[in-house]
Amino acid sequence: MAREDLKALRALIARHKLNDTLFAVLGLAATMIGVIVLLVLFFDLLRDGLPRLGYDFFMSFPSRRASEAGILSAWVGTILVMIVTAVSAIPLGVAAALYLEEYAPRNWLTDLIEINVTNLAGVPSIVYGLLALGLFVYTLDFGQSILSAGLTLALLILPVIIVATREALRAVPVAIREAAYALGATRWQMVSEHLVPYSMGGILTGIIIGLARAIGETAPIITIGALTFIAFLPPVPFSGDPPAGPFDWLFAPFTVLPIQMFNWMSRPQAAFLENAAATGIVIIVATLVMNGFAIWLRYRVRKNIKW
Amino acid sequence: MPRHPEVGELKAEVRNLNFYYGAGKAALKNISMPIGEKLVTALIGPSGCGKSTFLRSFNRMHDLYPGNRYEGEILLYPDNVNILDSKVDPIEVRMRISMVFQKPNPFPKSIYENVAYGLRVRGVKNRNVIDDKVEESLSGAALWNEVKDRLNDLAFNLSGGQQQRLCIARALATDPEIMLFDEPTSALDPIATASIEELITELKSRVTILIVTHNMQQAARVSDYTAFMYLGELIEFNQTDMIFIKPAKKQTEDYITGRFG
Repeated sequence: MAREDLKALRALIARHKLNDTLFAVLGLAATMIGVIVLLVLFFDLLRDGLPRLGYDFFMSFPSRRASEAGILSAWVGTILVMIVTAVSAIPLGVAAALYLEEYAPRNWLTDLIEINVTNLAGVPSIVYGLLALGLFVYTLDFGQSILSAGLTLALLILPVIIVATREALRAVPVAIREAAYALGATRWQMVSEHLVPYSMGGILTGIIIGLARAIGETAPIITIGALTFIAFLPPVPFSGDPPAGPFDWLFAPFTVLPIQMFNWMSRPQAAFLENAAATGIVIIVATLVMNGFAIWLRYRVRKNIKW
Repeated sequence: MPRHPEVGELKAEVRNLNFYYGAGKAALKNISMPIGEKLVTALIGPSGCGKSTFLRSFNRMHDLYPGNRYEGEILLYPDNVNILDSKVDPIEVRMRISMVFQKPNPFPKSIYENVAYGLRVRGVKNRNVIDDKVEESLSGAALWNEVKDRLNDLAFNLSGGQQQRLCIARALATDPEIMLFDEPTSALDPIATASIEELITELKSRVTILIVTHNMQQAARVSDYTAFMYLGELIEFNQTDMIFIKPAKKQTEDYITGRFG
Protein backbone atom coordinates (compact mmCIF):
# COMPACT_ATOMS: atom_id res chain seq x y z
CA MET A 1 0.00 0.00 0.00
CA ALA A 2 1.26 3.43 -0.89
CA ARG A 3 2.41 5.61 1.95
CA GLU A 4 -0.30 8.25 1.39
CA ASP A 5 -3.04 5.63 1.28
CA LEU A 6 -1.88 4.17 4.54
CA LYS A 7 -1.92 7.62 6.10
CA ALA A 8 -5.45 8.23 4.88
CA LEU A 9 -6.52 4.83 6.21
CA ARG A 10 -5.09 5.60 9.64
CA ALA A 11 -6.80 8.97 9.69
CA LEU A 12 -10.07 7.29 8.85
CA ILE A 13 -9.67 4.75 11.65
CA ALA A 14 -8.79 7.54 14.08
CA ARG A 15 -11.95 9.41 13.12
CA HIS A 16 -14.06 6.31 13.64
CA LYS A 17 -12.44 5.69 16.98
CA LEU A 18 -13.22 9.22 18.06
CA ASN A 19 -16.90 8.41 17.65
CA ASP A 20 -16.34 5.38 19.84
CA THR A 21 -14.87 7.49 22.60
CA LEU A 22 -17.56 10.10 22.24
CA PHE A 23 -20.31 7.58 22.67
CA ALA A 24 -18.61 5.94 25.64
CA VAL A 25 -18.50 9.33 27.38
CA LEU A 26 -22.10 10.08 26.48
CA GLY A 27 -23.27 6.67 27.65
CA LEU A 28 -21.42 7.01 30.93
CA ALA A 29 -22.99 10.43 31.47
CA ALA A 30 -26.46 9.06 30.75
CA THR A 31 -25.89 6.25 33.22
CA MET A 32 -24.49 8.48 35.90
CA ILE A 33 -27.36 10.98 35.74
CA GLY A 34 -29.77 8.30 36.93
CA VAL A 35 -27.43 6.90 39.53
CA ILE A 36 -26.31 10.26 40.89
CA VAL A 37 -29.82 11.68 41.18
CA LEU A 38 -30.84 8.59 43.10
CA LEU A 39 -27.81 8.78 45.37
CA VAL A 40 -28.37 12.49 46.08
CA LEU A 41 -32.00 11.80 46.96
CA PHE A 42 -31.00 8.93 49.20
CA PHE A 43 -28.32 10.95 51.00
CA ASP A 44 -30.74 13.83 51.43
CA LEU A 45 -33.17 11.35 52.98
CA LEU A 46 -30.41 9.95 55.17
CA ARG A 47 -29.41 13.42 56.40
CA ASP A 48 -32.96 14.31 57.35
CA GLY A 49 -34.09 10.96 58.65
CA LEU A 50 -31.10 9.19 60.12
CA PRO A 51 -31.12 11.07 63.45
CA ARG A 52 -34.69 9.91 64.03
CA LEU A 53 -33.98 6.22 63.47
CA GLY A 54 -33.69 4.42 66.75
CA TYR A 55 -35.34 1.88 68.98
CA ASP A 56 -38.05 4.31 70.07
CA PHE A 57 -38.94 5.23 66.50
CA PHE A 58 -39.60 1.57 65.69
CA MET A 59 -41.44 0.84 68.93
CA SER A 60 -43.74 3.89 69.15
CA PHE A 61 -47.16 4.55 67.73
CA PRO A 62 -47.84 7.72 65.75
CA SER A 63 -48.32 10.77 67.93
CA ARG A 64 -49.30 14.41 67.68
CA ARG A 65 -45.84 15.28 68.93
CA ALA A 66 -43.34 14.57 66.15
CA SER A 67 -40.50 13.67 68.49
CA GLU A 68 -42.52 10.95 70.17
CA ALA A 69 -44.08 9.52 67.01
CA GLY A 70 -42.96 6.18 65.61
CA ILE A 71 -43.75 3.57 63.02
CA LEU A 72 -44.70 0.56 65.14
CA SER A 73 -48.19 0.17 63.72
CA ALA A 74 -46.88 0.87 60.20
CA TRP A 75 -44.16 -1.76 60.01
CA VAL A 76 -46.30 -4.35 61.74
CA GLY A 77 -49.06 -3.54 59.25
CA THR A 78 -46.64 -3.79 56.34
CA ILE A 79 -45.43 -7.21 57.46
CA LEU A 80 -48.96 -8.56 57.97
CA VAL A 81 -50.14 -7.19 54.61
CA MET A 82 -47.07 -8.70 52.94
CA ILE A 83 -47.87 -12.10 54.48
CA VAL A 84 -51.36 -12.00 52.97
CA THR A 85 -49.94 -10.83 49.63
CA ALA A 86 -47.27 -13.54 49.52
CA VAL A 87 -49.59 -16.34 50.58
CA SER A 88 -52.12 -15.45 47.90
CA ALA A 89 -49.93 -14.20 45.03
CA ILE A 90 -47.18 -16.85 45.04
CA PRO A 91 -49.27 -20.00 44.53
CA LEU A 92 -51.64 -18.25 42.11
CA GLY A 93 -48.86 -16.67 40.08
CA VAL A 94 -46.63 -19.73 39.85
CA ALA A 95 -49.54 -22.04 39.05
CA ALA A 96 -50.83 -19.67 36.36
CA ALA A 97 -47.37 -19.42 34.81
CA LEU A 98 -46.91 -23.20 34.82
CA TYR A 99 -50.29 -23.66 33.23
CA LEU A 100 -49.73 -21.05 30.53
CA GLU A 101 -46.23 -22.28 29.74
CA GLU A 102 -46.66 -26.04 29.89
CA TYR A 103 -50.30 -27.04 29.83
CA ALA A 104 -52.36 -24.45 27.96
CA PRO A 105 -53.24 -25.41 24.38
CA ARG A 106 -51.94 -22.96 21.81
CA ASN A 107 -55.09 -21.20 20.61
CA TRP A 108 -56.65 -17.76 20.46
CA LEU A 109 -57.97 -17.97 24.02
CA THR A 110 -54.50 -18.63 25.41
CA ASP A 111 -53.11 -15.81 23.28
CA LEU A 112 -55.76 -13.49 24.65
CA ILE A 113 -54.94 -14.46 28.24
CA GLU A 114 -51.25 -13.96 27.58
CA ILE A 115 -51.73 -10.49 26.11
CA ASN A 116 -53.92 -9.61 29.09
CA VAL A 117 -51.42 -10.79 31.66
CA THR A 118 -48.65 -8.79 30.02
CA ASN A 119 -50.84 -5.70 29.87
CA LEU A 120 -51.99 -6.06 33.46
CA ALA A 121 -48.37 -5.55 34.52
CA GLY A 122 -48.62 -2.05 33.10
CA VAL A 123 -51.96 -1.01 34.60
CA PRO A 124 -51.56 1.92 37.03
CA SER A 125 -51.71 0.71 40.59
CA ILE A 126 -54.51 3.09 41.54
CA VAL A 127 -56.78 1.25 39.09
CA TYR A 128 -56.15 -1.90 41.11
CA GLY A 129 -57.09 0.12 44.16
CA LEU A 130 -60.45 1.07 42.62
CA LEU A 131 -61.11 -2.51 41.61
CA ALA A 132 -60.27 -3.72 45.09
CA LEU A 133 -62.46 -1.08 46.70
CA GLY A 134 -65.44 -2.40 44.79
CA LEU A 135 -64.58 -6.09 44.99
CA PHE A 136 -62.90 -6.74 48.34
CA VAL A 137 -64.09 -3.87 50.51
CA TYR A 138 -67.74 -3.69 49.42
CA THR A 139 -68.83 -6.72 47.41
CA LEU A 140 -67.02 -9.33 49.50
CA ASP A 141 -67.36 -7.11 52.58
CA PHE A 142 -63.78 -7.61 53.83
CA GLY A 143 -63.81 -3.96 54.92
CA GLN A 144 -60.82 -1.67 55.06
CA SER A 145 -58.73 -4.47 56.44
CA ILE A 146 -55.36 -6.17 56.20
CA LEU A 147 -57.03 -8.87 54.10
CA SER A 148 -58.33 -6.36 51.54
CA ALA A 149 -54.96 -4.63 51.32
CA GLY A 150 -53.02 -7.89 51.03
CA LEU A 151 -55.28 -9.20 48.28
CA THR A 152 -55.12 -5.88 46.41
CA LEU A 153 -51.34 -5.94 46.39
CA ALA A 154 -51.46 -9.62 45.42
CA LEU A 155 -53.49 -8.71 42.33
CA LEU A 156 -51.04 -5.95 41.60
CA ILE A 157 -47.96 -8.18 41.64
CA LEU A 158 -49.59 -11.26 40.12
CA PRO A 159 -48.59 -10.27 36.56
CA VAL A 160 -45.03 -9.60 37.73
CA ILE A 161 -44.79 -13.09 39.24
CA ILE A 162 -46.43 -14.75 36.23
CA VAL A 163 -44.18 -13.02 33.71
CA ALA A 164 -41.01 -13.70 35.72
CA THR A 165 -41.93 -17.34 36.32
CA ARG A 166 -42.63 -17.89 32.65
CA GLU A 167 -39.30 -16.35 31.72
CA ALA A 168 -37.59 -18.67 34.18
CA LEU A 169 -39.40 -21.74 32.85
CA ARG A 170 -38.59 -20.80 29.28
CA ALA A 171 -34.91 -20.66 30.14
CA VAL A 172 -34.88 -24.43 30.70
CA PRO A 173 -33.72 -25.91 27.38
CA VAL A 174 -36.01 -28.11 25.30
CA ALA A 175 -33.34 -30.82 25.47
CA ILE A 176 -33.84 -31.15 29.23
CA ARG A 177 -37.61 -31.44 28.88
CA GLU A 178 -37.20 -34.05 26.17
CA ALA A 179 -34.69 -35.95 28.29
CA ALA A 180 -37.27 -36.26 31.06
CA TYR A 181 -40.08 -37.19 28.70
CA ALA A 182 -37.88 -39.75 26.92
CA LEU A 183 -37.42 -41.55 30.24
CA GLY A 184 -41.18 -41.91 30.58
CA ALA A 185 -41.98 -38.90 32.75
CA THR A 186 -45.51 -37.52 32.67
CA ARG A 187 -46.03 -33.82 32.17
CA TRP A 188 -46.46 -33.25 35.90
CA GLN A 189 -43.34 -35.28 36.72
CA MET A 190 -41.41 -33.22 34.19
CA VAL A 191 -42.77 -29.99 35.64
CA SER A 192 -42.43 -30.79 39.33
CA GLU A 193 -39.18 -32.79 39.28
CA HIS A 194 -37.29 -30.83 36.64
CA LEU A 195 -38.73 -27.55 35.43
CA VAL A 196 -39.62 -26.03 38.79
CA PRO A 197 -36.44 -27.03 40.63
CA TYR A 198 -34.22 -25.87 37.75
CA SER A 199 -35.95 -22.53 37.38
CA MET A 200 -36.36 -21.90 41.10
CA GLY A 201 -33.77 -19.10 41.05
CA GLY A 202 -35.72 -17.12 38.48
CA ILE A 203 -39.07 -17.86 40.09
CA LEU A 204 -37.91 -16.71 43.52
CA THR A 205 -36.36 -13.62 41.99
CA GLY A 206 -39.69 -12.75 40.39
CA ILE A 207 -41.52 -13.31 43.66
CA ILE A 208 -39.13 -11.13 45.64
CA ILE A 209 -39.13 -8.35 43.06
CA GLY A 210 -42.93 -8.47 43.09
CA LEU A 211 -43.04 -8.26 46.89
CA ALA A 212 -40.45 -5.47 46.87
CA ARG A 213 -42.74 -3.54 44.57
CA ALA A 214 -45.76 -4.21 46.78
CA ILE A 215 -43.99 -3.01 49.91
CA GLY A 216 -43.71 0.54 48.54
CA GLU A 217 -47.17 0.80 46.97
CA THR A 218 -49.28 3.59 48.38
CA ALA A 219 -51.99 4.57 45.94
CA PRO A 220 -54.11 1.38 45.90
CA ILE A 221 -53.96 1.10 49.69
CA ILE A 222 -55.12 4.66 50.14
CA THR A 223 -57.90 3.96 47.63
CA ILE A 224 -59.25 1.09 49.65
CA GLY A 225 -59.20 3.38 52.65
CA ALA A 226 -56.34 2.43 54.90
CA LEU A 227 -56.25 4.68 57.94
CA THR A 228 -53.40 7.08 58.33
CA PHE A 229 -53.35 7.30 62.09
CA ILE A 230 -53.36 3.98 63.89
CA ALA A 231 -52.36 3.93 67.51
CA PHE A 232 -52.92 0.25 68.19
CA LEU A 233 -51.75 -3.08 66.81
CA PRO A 234 -53.92 -5.68 65.11
CA PRO A 235 -54.40 -8.87 67.10
CA VAL A 236 -51.42 -11.22 67.00
CA PRO A 237 -52.07 -13.62 64.11
CA PHE A 238 -53.47 -17.02 65.11
CA SER A 239 -53.64 -16.05 68.77
CA GLY A 240 -57.43 -15.77 69.19
CA ASP A 241 -59.82 -18.57 70.03
CA PRO A 242 -61.20 -20.67 67.17
CA PRO A 243 -63.23 -20.67 65.07
CA ALA A 244 -62.97 -17.01 64.05
CA GLY A 245 -60.36 -15.84 66.56
CA PRO A 246 -57.17 -17.01 64.79
CA PHE A 247 -58.09 -15.00 61.73
CA ASP A 248 -59.43 -11.80 63.26
CA TRP A 249 -56.10 -10.07 62.46
CA LEU A 250 -57.07 -10.28 58.80
CA PHE A 251 -60.01 -7.99 59.37
CA ALA A 252 -58.26 -5.45 61.58
CA PRO A 253 -57.77 -1.85 60.49
CA PHE A 254 -54.15 -1.12 59.71
CA THR A 255 -51.64 1.24 58.22
CA VAL A 256 -48.47 0.55 56.23
CA LEU A 257 -45.10 2.29 55.97
CA PRO A 258 -45.67 4.28 52.76
CA ILE A 259 -49.00 5.59 54.07
CA GLN A 260 -47.45 6.60 57.35
CA MET A 261 -44.77 8.40 55.38
CA PHE A 262 -47.34 10.08 53.15
CA ASN A 263 -49.28 11.22 56.20
CA TRP A 264 -46.25 12.83 57.84
CA MET A 265 -45.16 14.49 54.63
CA SER A 266 -48.45 16.33 54.37
CA ARG A 267 -47.94 17.92 57.80
CA PRO A 268 -46.64 21.50 57.88
CA GLN A 269 -44.20 21.03 60.80
CA ALA A 270 -40.59 20.34 59.82
CA ALA A 271 -40.20 17.75 62.58
CA PHE A 272 -42.76 15.51 60.92
CA LEU A 273 -40.80 15.74 57.67
CA GLU A 274 -37.89 14.18 59.52
CA ASN A 275 -40.15 11.32 60.55
CA ALA A 276 -41.22 10.93 56.94
CA ALA A 277 -37.58 10.83 55.83
CA ALA A 278 -36.78 8.21 58.44
CA THR A 279 -39.72 6.09 57.26
CA GLY A 280 -38.49 6.50 53.68
CA ILE A 281 -35.12 5.13 54.71
CA VAL A 282 -36.80 2.08 56.23
CA ILE A 283 -38.77 1.43 53.04
CA ILE A 284 -35.76 1.90 50.77
CA VAL A 285 -33.56 -0.34 52.91
CA ALA A 286 -36.26 -3.02 53.00
CA THR A 287 -36.56 -2.87 49.20
CA LEU A 288 -32.80 -2.92 48.69
CA VAL A 289 -32.39 -5.87 51.05
CA MET A 290 -35.09 -7.80 49.20
CA ASN A 291 -33.58 -7.04 45.81
CA GLY A 292 -30.12 -7.92 47.10
CA PHE A 293 -31.48 -11.21 48.36
CA ALA A 294 -32.99 -11.87 44.92
CA ILE A 295 -29.65 -11.23 43.23
CA TRP A 296 -27.86 -13.49 45.69
CA LEU A 297 -30.45 -16.24 45.15
CA ARG A 298 -30.12 -16.03 41.41
CA TYR A 299 -26.36 -16.25 41.70
CA ARG A 300 -26.57 -19.21 44.08
CA VAL A 301 -28.92 -21.24 41.89
CA ARG A 302 -27.27 -20.37 38.58
CA LYS A 303 -23.84 -21.38 39.90
CA ASN A 304 -24.93 -25.00 39.67
CA ILE A 305 -26.98 -24.72 36.49
CA LYS A 306 -25.36 -23.69 33.27
CA TRP A 307 -27.15 -24.77 30.13
CA MET B 1 -40.52 -63.40 17.32
CA PRO B 2 -41.10 -63.25 13.58
CA ARG B 3 -38.18 -63.85 11.28
CA HIS B 4 -37.19 -61.82 8.27
CA PRO B 5 -35.58 -63.67 5.34
CA GLU B 6 -32.44 -61.50 5.44
CA VAL B 7 -32.36 -59.67 8.76
CA GLY B 8 -33.25 -62.68 10.88
CA GLU B 9 -35.17 -62.29 14.15
CA LEU B 10 -37.08 -59.06 14.27
CA LYS B 11 -37.46 -56.67 17.19
CA ALA B 12 -39.66 -54.28 15.27
CA GLU B 13 -41.05 -53.66 11.86
CA VAL B 14 -42.01 -50.41 10.22
CA ARG B 15 -44.90 -50.63 7.80
CA ASN B 16 -45.97 -47.86 5.44
CA LEU B 17 -45.05 -45.09 7.83
CA ASN B 18 -46.06 -41.57 6.88
CA PHE B 19 -45.47 -38.65 9.18
CA TYR B 20 -46.74 -35.08 8.99
CA TYR B 21 -45.58 -32.05 10.98
CA GLY B 22 -48.78 -30.14 11.55
CA ALA B 23 -50.74 -29.58 8.37
CA GLY B 24 -47.61 -29.55 6.21
CA LYS B 25 -46.36 -32.01 3.65
CA ALA B 26 -45.35 -35.52 4.61
CA ALA B 27 -41.96 -35.50 6.35
CA LEU B 28 -41.77 -39.30 6.06
CA LYS B 29 -43.18 -41.04 3.02
CA ASN B 30 -44.29 -44.61 3.07
CA ILE B 31 -41.35 -46.06 4.93
CA SER B 32 -41.18 -49.80 5.52
CA MET B 33 -38.21 -51.59 7.00
CA PRO B 34 -37.32 -54.35 9.44
CA ILE B 35 -35.41 -53.74 12.70
CA GLY B 36 -33.38 -56.81 13.59
CA GLU B 37 -33.25 -58.05 17.16
CA LYS B 38 -29.97 -57.16 18.93
CA LEU B 39 -28.58 -55.57 15.80
CA VAL B 40 -27.42 -52.03 15.13
CA THR B 41 -29.40 -50.33 12.38
CA ALA B 42 -27.98 -47.05 11.11
CA LEU B 43 -30.01 -44.30 9.46
CA ILE B 44 -28.00 -42.11 7.11
CA GLY B 45 -28.85 -39.36 4.68
CA PRO B 46 -28.31 -35.65 4.09
CA SER B 47 -29.64 -32.99 6.49
CA GLY B 48 -33.39 -32.68 6.36
CA CYS B 49 -33.91 -36.14 4.91
CA GLY B 50 -36.12 -37.15 7.82
CA LYS B 51 -33.81 -39.55 9.63
CA SER B 52 -34.22 -37.82 13.01
CA THR B 53 -37.95 -37.49 12.41
CA PHE B 54 -38.06 -41.21 11.74
CA LEU B 55 -36.04 -42.04 14.85
CA ARG B 56 -38.21 -39.84 17.05
CA SER B 57 -41.31 -41.71 15.86
CA PHE B 58 -40.05 -44.77 17.72
CA ASN B 59 -40.53 -43.17 21.14
CA ARG B 60 -43.44 -40.96 20.10
CA MET B 61 -41.46 -37.79 20.76
CA HIS B 62 -43.62 -36.06 18.15
CA ASP B 63 -46.60 -36.44 20.46
CA LEU B 64 -45.10 -33.72 22.68
CA TYR B 65 -45.90 -31.10 20.08
CA PRO B 66 -49.43 -30.42 18.88
CA GLY B 67 -50.61 -31.12 15.37
CA ASN B 68 -48.19 -33.89 14.43
CA ARG B 69 -49.67 -36.97 12.82
CA TYR B 70 -48.53 -40.51 12.09
CA GLU B 71 -49.94 -42.93 9.55
CA GLY B 72 -48.92 -46.55 9.27
CA GLU B 73 -47.41 -48.86 11.82
CA ILE B 74 -44.34 -49.57 13.86
CA LEU B 75 -44.89 -53.05 15.21
CA LEU B 76 -42.94 -53.99 18.29
CA TYR B 77 -42.22 -57.70 18.78
CA PRO B 78 -42.71 -60.14 20.39
CA ASP B 79 -45.99 -58.63 21.62
CA ASN B 80 -46.92 -57.38 18.16
CA VAL B 81 -48.21 -53.99 19.28
CA ASN B 82 -48.35 -50.97 16.99
CA ILE B 83 -46.59 -48.31 19.07
CA LEU B 84 -47.96 -45.53 16.86
CA ASP B 85 -51.53 -46.46 17.66
CA SER B 86 -53.18 -43.53 19.39
CA LYS B 87 -54.62 -46.00 21.91
CA VAL B 88 -51.08 -46.87 23.02
CA ASP B 89 -49.85 -44.46 25.68
CA PRO B 90 -46.67 -42.69 24.49
CA ILE B 91 -45.36 -42.88 28.06
CA GLU B 92 -45.56 -46.67 27.91
CA VAL B 93 -43.64 -46.61 24.61
CA ARG B 94 -40.95 -44.34 26.09
CA MET B 95 -40.56 -46.65 29.06
CA ARG B 96 -39.78 -49.51 26.68
CA ILE B 97 -37.70 -47.60 24.12
CA SER B 98 -35.10 -45.18 25.44
CA MET B 99 -33.22 -42.44 23.70
CA VAL B 100 -29.81 -40.75 23.65
CA PHE B 101 -29.82 -37.27 22.17
CA GLN B 102 -27.57 -35.34 19.88
CA LYS B 103 -26.07 -33.12 22.54
CA PRO B 104 -25.41 -34.56 25.98
CA ASN B 105 -28.37 -33.43 28.10
CA PRO B 106 -27.83 -34.58 31.67
CA PHE B 107 -30.14 -33.14 34.31
CA PRO B 108 -28.55 -30.56 36.60
CA LYS B 109 -28.48 -33.18 39.32
CA SER B 110 -25.85 -35.54 40.65
CA ILE B 111 -24.38 -38.31 38.50
CA TYR B 112 -26.21 -40.83 40.66
CA GLU B 113 -29.58 -39.09 40.36
CA ASN B 114 -29.24 -38.80 36.60
CA VAL B 115 -28.91 -42.55 36.20
CA ALA B 116 -31.52 -43.28 38.87
CA TYR B 117 -34.17 -41.01 37.36
CA GLY B 118 -35.72 -43.55 35.00
CA LEU B 119 -36.06 -45.96 37.91
CA ARG B 120 -37.66 -43.31 40.09
CA VAL B 121 -40.19 -42.60 37.33
CA ARG B 122 -41.03 -46.29 37.44
CA GLY B 123 -41.65 -46.02 41.17
CA VAL B 124 -38.58 -47.96 42.33
CA LYS B 125 -38.01 -46.93 45.95
CA ASN B 126 -35.63 -49.57 47.26
CA ARG B 127 -32.25 -47.90 47.75
CA ASN B 128 -30.28 -51.12 47.21
CA VAL B 129 -32.02 -51.91 43.96
CA ILE B 130 -31.29 -48.40 42.69
CA ASP B 131 -27.67 -48.54 43.88
CA ASP B 132 -27.10 -51.81 42.03
CA LYS B 133 -28.77 -50.59 38.90
CA VAL B 134 -26.80 -47.33 38.89
CA GLU B 135 -23.53 -49.23 39.15
CA GLU B 136 -24.57 -51.74 36.51
CA SER B 137 -25.65 -49.03 34.07
CA LEU B 138 -22.58 -46.87 34.62
CA SER B 139 -20.41 -49.95 34.08
CA GLY B 140 -22.42 -50.76 30.98
CA ALA B 141 -21.73 -47.26 29.71
CA ALA B 142 -18.00 -47.61 30.49
CA LEU B 143 -18.15 -44.76 32.96
CA TRP B 144 -18.18 -46.50 36.35
CA ASN B 145 -14.42 -46.46 36.94
CA GLU B 146 -14.21 -42.76 36.21
CA VAL B 147 -17.07 -41.66 38.47
CA LYS B 148 -17.47 -44.28 41.19
CA ASP B 149 -15.81 -42.04 43.78
CA ARG B 150 -17.88 -38.99 42.97
CA LEU B 151 -21.39 -40.22 42.29
CA ASN B 152 -22.79 -37.21 44.15
CA ASP B 153 -20.96 -34.66 42.02
CA LEU B 154 -23.00 -32.59 39.60
CA ALA B 155 -23.24 -34.19 36.17
CA PHE B 156 -22.26 -30.85 34.60
CA ASN B 157 -18.77 -31.23 35.99
CA LEU B 158 -18.08 -34.15 33.65
CA SER B 159 -16.48 -33.69 30.23
CA GLY B 160 -18.66 -33.75 27.12
CA GLY B 161 -17.81 -37.37 26.31
CA GLN B 162 -18.42 -38.43 29.90
CA GLN B 163 -21.74 -36.59 29.91
CA GLN B 164 -22.83 -38.45 26.80
CA ARG B 165 -21.85 -41.78 28.36
CA LEU B 166 -23.81 -40.71 31.44
CA CYS B 167 -26.82 -40.13 29.20
CA ILE B 168 -26.30 -43.61 27.76
CA ALA B 169 -26.18 -45.03 31.30
CA ARG B 170 -29.37 -43.14 32.08
CA ALA B 171 -31.07 -44.61 29.02
CA LEU B 172 -29.71 -48.06 29.87
CA ALA B 173 -30.79 -48.16 33.51
CA THR B 174 -34.36 -49.06 32.74
CA ASP B 175 -33.50 -52.11 30.59
CA PRO B 176 -34.96 -50.76 27.37
CA GLU B 177 -35.87 -53.09 24.52
CA ILE B 178 -34.63 -50.64 21.91
CA MET B 179 -32.18 -47.76 22.32
CA LEU B 180 -32.39 -44.80 19.95
CA PHE B 181 -29.25 -42.76 19.29
CA ASP B 182 -29.79 -39.42 17.55
CA GLU B 183 -26.35 -38.42 16.22
CA PRO B 184 -24.85 -39.16 19.62
CA THR B 185 -21.30 -38.08 18.75
CA SER B 186 -21.90 -34.94 16.69
CA ALA B 187 -21.00 -32.70 19.65
CA LEU B 188 -17.96 -34.75 20.72
CA ASP B 189 -14.26 -34.82 19.90
CA PRO B 190 -12.73 -37.82 18.03
CA ILE B 191 -11.52 -39.64 21.16
CA ALA B 192 -14.89 -39.37 22.91
CA THR B 193 -16.53 -40.40 19.64
CA ALA B 194 -14.40 -43.54 19.45
CA SER B 195 -15.34 -44.52 23.01
CA ILE B 196 -19.05 -44.04 22.28
CA GLU B 197 -18.80 -46.12 19.11
CA GLU B 198 -17.03 -48.88 21.01
CA LEU B 199 -19.77 -48.73 23.60
CA ILE B 200 -22.51 -49.05 21.00
CA THR B 201 -20.82 -52.17 19.63
CA GLU B 202 -20.73 -53.65 23.13
CA LEU B 203 -24.33 -52.74 23.92
CA LYS B 204 -25.50 -54.69 20.90
CA SER B 205 -25.36 -57.93 22.84
CA ARG B 206 -27.99 -56.57 25.24
CA VAL B 207 -30.29 -54.34 23.29
CA THR B 208 -31.52 -53.50 19.81
CA ILE B 209 -30.04 -50.24 18.60
CA LEU B 210 -31.13 -47.63 16.09
CA ILE B 211 -28.65 -44.89 15.34
CA VAL B 212 -28.94 -41.75 13.25
CA THR B 213 -25.61 -40.49 12.03
CA HIS B 214 -24.23 -37.83 9.76
CA ASN B 215 -20.97 -39.63 9.61
CA MET B 216 -20.83 -42.43 7.07
CA GLN B 217 -17.66 -43.94 8.47
CA GLN B 218 -19.46 -44.19 11.78
CA ALA B 219 -22.36 -46.03 10.20
CA ALA B 220 -19.89 -48.38 8.51
CA ARG B 221 -18.05 -49.00 11.78
CA VAL B 222 -20.91 -49.64 14.16
CA SER B 223 -23.92 -50.89 12.24
CA ASP B 224 -25.09 -54.22 10.86
CA TYR B 225 -27.77 -52.75 8.64
CA THR B 226 -28.01 -49.33 7.10
CA ALA B 227 -30.95 -47.38 5.76
CA PHE B 228 -30.29 -44.51 3.39
CA MET B 229 -32.98 -41.87 3.43
CA TYR B 230 -33.52 -38.92 1.15
CA LEU B 231 -36.29 -36.31 1.18
CA GLY B 232 -38.40 -38.33 3.58
CA GLU B 233 -38.17 -41.54 1.66
CA LEU B 234 -36.30 -44.71 2.37
CA ILE B 235 -34.13 -45.10 -0.71
CA GLU B 236 -32.23 -48.22 0.21
CA PHE B 237 -32.00 -50.64 3.09
CA ASN B 238 -29.43 -53.38 3.24
CA GLN B 239 -26.55 -54.91 5.13
CA THR B 240 -24.12 -52.13 5.92
CA ASP B 241 -21.34 -53.78 3.90
CA MET B 242 -23.55 -54.00 0.86
CA ILE B 243 -24.67 -50.36 1.15
CA PHE B 244 -21.12 -49.12 1.27
CA ILE B 245 -19.49 -51.56 -1.16
CA LYS B 246 -22.22 -52.16 -3.67
CA PRO B 247 -25.12 -49.75 -3.34
CA ALA B 248 -28.04 -50.71 -5.51
CA LYS B 249 -29.37 -47.21 -6.11
CA LYS B 250 -27.68 -44.33 -7.85
CA GLN B 251 -28.69 -41.84 -5.10
CA THR B 252 -27.13 -43.99 -2.41
CA GLU B 253 -23.92 -44.24 -4.35
CA ASP B 254 -23.83 -40.49 -4.95
CA TYR B 255 -24.33 -39.83 -1.26
CA ILE B 256 -21.78 -42.27 0.11
CA THR B 257 -19.18 -41.20 -2.40
CA GLY B 258 -19.71 -37.60 -1.31
CA ARG B 259 -21.21 -36.30 -4.52
CA PHE B 260 -23.98 -34.59 -2.56
CA GLY B 261 -25.21 -34.25 0.99
